[in-house]
Amino acid sequence: MDANTILEVQRVRHLFGGLVAVDDVSFRVYVNQCLSLIGPNGAGKTTLLNVIAGVLSPAAGQVLMEGKSLNGQPAHERARLGIGRTFQQALVFKDMSVLENVMVGCHLQGQTRLIDAALRLPRTRREEEDVYLEALRFLNFVGLGTKAEQMAANLPFGQQRLLAIARALASKPRVLLLDEPAAGLNRIEKSALVDLIRRLSDMSITTILVEHDMEVVMQLAEWIVVLDHGKRLAQGTPDDVRRNPAVIEAYLGTEVE
Amino acid sequence: MRMRVQISAIYARWRSNRNAVGIVLLALFIGTLPLWLGTPYALSTMIFIGIYSIVTIGLCLLMGFAGQISLGQSAFFALGAYGSAILSAHFDWSPWLAMVAAAIITGGIAAVIGAPIFRLRGHYLAMGTLAFGAIIHVIAVEWRTYTGGSSGLPGIPRLTLAGTPIRSDMSYYYLVWFFVLIALIIALNIVNSRFGRALRAIRDSQEAAASLGIDVSRYKLQTLVVSAIFASVAGSLYTHYMIFISPAAAELDLSIRLVLMAAVGGMASIWGAPFGTAGVMLLTLGLREIVPLVTRHGSGEYQIIAYGILLVAIMIFMPEGLIAGARKAWERSRSRDTGPVAWLWRRAQRGGQRIRVLGQRGQ
Amino acid sequence: MPQYALSDYIQLLVSGVSIGSIYVLIALGFITIYNVTGVINLAQGEFVMLGAMLAVTLLGLGLPFIPAALVSVALVTCVGVITHRLTIQPARHAPEVSLIMITLGTAIAVRGLGLLFWGTIPYALPEFTPGAPLQIMGAVLSRQRIWIMGVALVVLIILYLFFEHTLLGKAVRACSINRGSAEVSGVDSSAMSHLSYGISAGMSAVAGIVIAPLTLVTYDMGLGLGLKGFIAAIMGGMVSAPAAVAGGLVLGVLESFTAGLLTSGIKDGVAFLALFVVLVGRTMNLSMRRRRS
Ligand SMILES: Nc1ncnc2c1ncn2[C@@H]1O[C@H](COP(=O)(O)OP(=O)(O)OP(=O)(O)O)[C@@H](O)[C@H]1O
Ligand SMILES: [Mg+2]
Repeated sequence: MDANTILEVQRVRHLFGGLVAVDDVSFRVYVNQCLSLIGPNGAGKTTLLNVIAGVLSPAAGQVLMEGKSLNGQPAHERARLGIGRTFQQALVFKDMSVLENVMVGCHLQGQTRLIDAALRLPRTRREEEDVYLEALRFLNFVGLGTKAEQMAANLPFGQQRLLAIARALASKPRVLLLDEPAAGLNRIEKSALVDLIRRLSDMSITTILVEHDMEVVMQLAEWIVVLDHGKRLAQGTPDDVRRNPAVIEAYLGTEVE
Repeated sequence: MRMRVQISAIYARWRSNRNAVGIVLLALFIGTLPLWLGTPYALSTMIFIGIYSIVTIGLCLLMGFAGQISLGQSAFFALGAYGSAILSAHFDWSPWLAMVAAAIITGGIAAVIGAPIFRLRGHYLAMGTLAFGAIIHVIAVEWRTYTGGSSGLPGIPRLTLAGTPIRSDMSYYYLVWFFVLIALIIALNIVNSRFGRALRAIRDSQEAAASLGIDVSRYKLQTLVVSAIFASVAGSLYTHYMIFISPAAAELDLSIRLVLMAAVGGMASIWGAPFGTAGVMLLTLGLREIVPLVTRHGSGEYQIIAYGILLVAIMIFMPEGLIAGARKAWERSRSRDTGPVAWLWRRAQRGGQRIRVLGQRGQ
Repeated sequence: MPQYALSDYIQLLVSGVSIGSIYVLIALGFITIYNVTGVINLAQGEFVMLGAMLAVTLLGLGLPFIPAALVSVALVTCVGVITHRLTIQPARHAPEVSLIMITLGTAIAVRGLGLLFWGTIPYALPEFTPGAPLQIMGAVLSRQRIWIMGVALVVLIILYLFFEHTLLGKAVRACSINRGSAEVSGVDSSAMSHLSYGISAGMSAVAGIVIAPLTLVTYDMGLGLGLKGFIAAIMGGMVSAPAAVAGGLVLGVLESFTAGLLTSGIKDGVAFLALFVVLVGRTMNLSMRRRRS
């Protein structure tokens, strides 16, 4: 086991009924790397992220974090171990303010238990204020500082995605799984997003980026894994993948001829 | 650093003051109400409103915040009531001690049944809680040695204060509403905390909540236990006031009435709970006066017609309840932010100051 | 421990099966509505009460028995359709929990109206064919119990023919299998939802009328019967009619034996315990299957 490997996916397989959504996929991610997972619609990217995050348990294979198997660990335990994520549909908490969303993200840093909360002890109050400021910091980090008190549901879709990222960052992940963060963003928002994701490696956060937008992928990815019909079709540096005939075939189908 | 100080000070004020002001106002209202409340009947009505408010506050936590339906809340009420009654009447425990013991036992039972019951969702959870309530009702009727069966258990001692039993309705009124205020404070504290945020996150999206490290099933379970303890304490207050208890305390009808009370005020609003409770109780009393005038069958529980129609209408037209619905509509419609951050921002802009934002790069 | 003869067991078995047949009818009502609309209709039991009460009232107005029964069933069917139109249709996009509350609200409103119209007095419906109880292998069996089982069987057969052999029945089934694609192929799913409410309300009314001579009719009889029907439906997994039939019969027999061999008071407790166990068992089973796949 390489000391620089932070996460390893080993021969993972997942079935929905009879459908093989992820078929014997393996790859590894190095510390601080940005790895991109690409593939046509229905390739199994989201399913694989769900397996890594512990939402789905694989039929075979395992996910290792720093050499230790995560099998059997539920999603919230994995968050504690440092796996954060965003969702394809953003899934911000709609009934909360933007800031409260991020405050939920700070959950793992808090100590307040039910009893402390019920009695609102001084240290609980202090923690609340700390969390408040901490959340504000993350919100500023993604550029939503001024929106703090708006209802999350009222944000435009692009900003909801940014909010979801801020929320995930607040959980202090070491590995961040991003599911199509650029979908539905305009040009300016996209370049801001690329900037943002670049800054993550300064914070020593490893990212696994699922994305359809090739421009975004090519700007960010240091390593690319291509899925198709649940199988790993290819992997390599962006340049390798771009030139790989099998990838071109899978993406463009029979039109190339 | 100055920014930090300012924000946290404003935040603390903004956040907890609204509720603190509310609590003080309610306390003043409750304190002075007996002065202009004419009849003893009105006073005892207020006692019942208080008792049921304690249950509905817990129910709001469970249904409105954790998002878990319960059609068996009367079971916890009955467990508290019978626990208190049996321990103090059969075993001569002090009523206060009996009340605490009943609350602990009820909380324990909630913790035990919570694990299997929260495997259920939606319809099935509703029916599972309903079945639990029905089982407790059957036990109350059938375990005659201790519960007195369907005719009930009389001769329950009163609560005491400094050694003397509390006999007057006036004292009991203050006692009950003291408990209501405590319950409100606890519930508001819970809601406005890390714990409460986690609950609301669970209600919105269990998946997203789990991805942030929230142990969903543990939070649901703890909320169930809290709501069960609230119901149990209310049940004990009920028994020691009535000095009698019968299986009616465990009936499905009571569970439904409690859900209705929570729904009228708005499940997702702790403040709505006492108002919803009062609303439904007053409606009940009003109907008890009016209906016998228009029907030939004399008296009966006709108010259930209104309960039913009200429940359906609220679910169709105002699922967030009267209080919470109104507040949400206001929050959604407001065009500019009123919170401290936006306020600071605007002030800084007006003064032409540059704001150095915490957490931005290079800081 | 008292001694029981074989005839006692037969007696308990047969009365269990006859009560179970009532549960079957109600359970099928639950399933029909659930599969087409996704709603668990907690007002199901109130249709049972309405069926019996209306039959009593119509008989009192001087109608002969058969027309009274038929009119009652027809009326309750209409009530079912109206209920759907007024309470479910406007909220069909509401979350599941709201729908439960709506059906619960409907149930208590209808029960309250029953109280308003008929008061708290129990009413009696005469047995369909009065006469001395029959003796079968030493067990004493009232004639009404034969009627209950017979009518339930007939309703089952009609239901089967309707769903399997008529176009309309097939359309309803298409909706329950896949609403979206049924709509695409021209089935009016809203009409099917109305129809499903009508059918199951009518079925419940039949159940109310056949059981009435055995139990007396009260405004609050619907609650208990409705819940038992639900338990039967859930024992059958909520989707399959044959399983619900088995569920209803098992529940009836279970209750009858508990009441006969232990005490009658805890038979409800046993029923709800069964519900609890079945509900929880179901999810365990599901999650185990999920893990295995
Ligand atoms: N919950 C589910 N139940 C059944 N099948 C599913 C489920 N989720 C996904 N699938 C199927 O699994 C396959 C992989 O889906 P997945 O969502 O992982 O694809 P994806 O690569 O994320 O696609 P996209 O780019 O559209 O998001 C698809 O065929 C999909 O239809
Ligand atoms: Mg996807």
